[in-house]
Amino acid sequence: MPASRVMPTRESADLIEVVRDLAARELAPRVAKAEEDEDFPRDVFTTLGAMGVLGLPYPEEYGGGGQPYEVYLQVLEEIARVWSSVAVGTSVHVLSCFGLVGFGTEEQRRAWLPDMLGGGLLGAYCLSEPHAGSDPAAMTTRAVREGDEYVLNGAKAWTTHGGRADFYQVMARTSDERTGISCFLVPAGAEGLSADPPERKMGLTGSPTATMRLDNVRIPADRRIGEEGGGLRIALAALDSGRLGIAAAATGLAQGALDVAVDYARQRTTFGRPIIEHQGLAFLLADMEAAVQSARAMTLHAARLKDLGRPFGREASIAKMVATDNAMKVTTDAVQVLGGYGYTRDFPVERHMREAKVMQIFEGTNQIQRLVISRALARDAGAPIGVAGAGQD
Amino acid sequence: MNIVVCVKQVPDTATERKLRSDDNTLDRDAADGVVNELDEYAVEEALRLKEAHGGEVTVLTMGPDKAADTIRKALAMGADKAVHLVDDALHGSDALSTSYAMAQTLKKIGFDLVILGSESTDARTGVLAAMLAERLGVAQLTLANKVEVEGSAVTIQRVTDYGYDKVQGSLPAVISVVEKINEPRYPSFKGIMAAKKKPVQKLGAAEAELAADQIGLGAAWSEVTEAAAAPPRAAGTVVKDEGDGGVKTADFLSSKKFI
Repeated sequence: MPASRVMPTRESADLIEVVRDLAARELAPRVAKAEEDEDFPRDVFTTLGAMGVLGLPYPEEYGGGGQPYEVYLQVLEEIARVWSSVAVGTSVHVLSCFGLVGFGTEEQRRAWLPDMLGGGLLGAYCLSEPHAGSDPAAMTTRAVREGDEYVLNGAKAWTTHGGRADFYQVMARTSDERTGISCFLVPAGAEGLSADPPERKMGLTGSPTATMRLDNVRIPADRRIGEEGGGLRIALAALDSGRLGIAAAATGLAQGALDVAVDYARQRTTFGRPIIEHQGLAFLLADMEAAVQSARAMTLHAARLKDLGRPFGREASIAKMVATDNAMKVTTDAVQVLGGYGYTRDFPVERHMREAKVMQIFEGTNQIQRLVISRALARDAGAPIGVAGAGQD
Repeated sequence: MNIVVCVKQVPDTATERKLRSDDNTLDRDAADGVVNELDEYAVEEALRLKEAHGGEVTVLTMGPDKAADTIRKALAMGADKAVHLVDDALHGSDALSTSYAMAQTLKKIGFDLVILGSESTDARTGVLAAMLAERLGVAQLTLANKVEVEGSAVTIQRVTDYGYDKVQGSLPAVISVVEKINEPRYPSFKGIMAAKKKPVQKLGAAEAELAADQIGLGAAWSEVTEAAAAPPRAAGTVVKDEGDGGVKTADFLSSKKFI
């Protein structure tokens, strides 16, 4: 059953309809086989790009859709309900454009954004390193200025679309200070840039994840985004938005698993009744529904704060943590509802369960989210009441 | 080329569809309205013809207020403008009176080519294209899986049980299409935004100059007198293989005229 939604405009409601239609017709028939074969559906991103989804939350003047996060995240959730790898890939792509949109010069934006937002190109984001995940400031990848160029050396771990993307937003150290990190936009064809074989993952197997190697990669100095040393600020700001993307993806994934479980529980009979009429399972399903709706509500609350221009880092962390922990629980319980069948690969819920696990880990582990939330509790004062549509009061 | 593509809002086939208890007409409030699937192929074909030959694509729909959703979708796909024939007096119109109302409207708005899906998923009469062509006195090219326009000549491949016939006519013409003709595009978000600004003309029965005795339930030549739920599927025939399974299966298929 599709989630009930309140959209801010008629156009955004129409977009949700179109995305649901696309997901049902184009994604649903392919997801099981592609995930089993570890087959990356690059063409799906071309379709989503043509539809305008890949640039949805960015300004129209650069080829984006000019939509608030409240809309973009609900689109992402509808995609995730059918195919998590595609939703995560979309979120990563949107994140990979974040630095340029927010911190690039006008000239840089005009030159590159239309292709990046218009769907022709697919992006990747290189932040983590083999020994610097939760603590990005510990990174060792280095960019050294030589005349009009930077020379990049190092390795970037866990790169979604690694080896398949058209451009990489790369964070690299430009000084020895702990925060001396800068942001670069590296094209896929740059000499010296290569991808290791993809990781052999537990889930999201339709989405390639690889370590990217930078071996004397030379790029023009005008491919640095923002100030030298301004990279960590970009990375951390991007993470707040990225967390919302993952919260939406997890909510959609959980909705998808819940839908399968409810469908099954209405049809499967034991002791002469559909199993959804047995209280033991009925209450399990009720808890799953409550978890999904709570995750959605928290995610959209954080999104609306962001759309108002308010600080939303704490809420983004809460949304990411709640939505992904709930997705883990909901998908696990969906396997329980389907019983033995749920444990087989002939039904999608075991895959949903494997997919949920990584969402508690990437885009900041849920332990890191708790750190962010508790630090905000220790530090922040209360926030004033915001009014949607009224801008900042 | 001035192309008019006729679209119809139908109840979603994925939901339970009902008739109204008072007059046995379709209960349009009981199910979500969606664009009749074959009409999406008609819109796509119209857009492709426009892209190849230039001109304009107008969407024509007849239906209640909520059929505006269907118009918006066709406009979001890329059609230029729309005409919405909407009037309570049209309620209950059968195929004959629908074809009258739409033909009258088509005469009013003008066309070189009318394209529509070969049938709708609700009433499934599949006769509207033929009736429109007859009423308009123009060439009738139905069940097309391919359309080519050259000058004033329009050629289609008409699907048949054994393959296809090549049928040619001259413009103006009415074409109905089958699902093999193309792959309808998804509206882009830019298309959805653009659709907001495209003109939609609403016409009532009087404005379309429809004779009151030719439309609506009262004018219908066909009447639904009774409706019943489809019977539950009967148990299938099980062929037990005792060395002659193949023969028995073949006999069964032959008795059903499958082979």
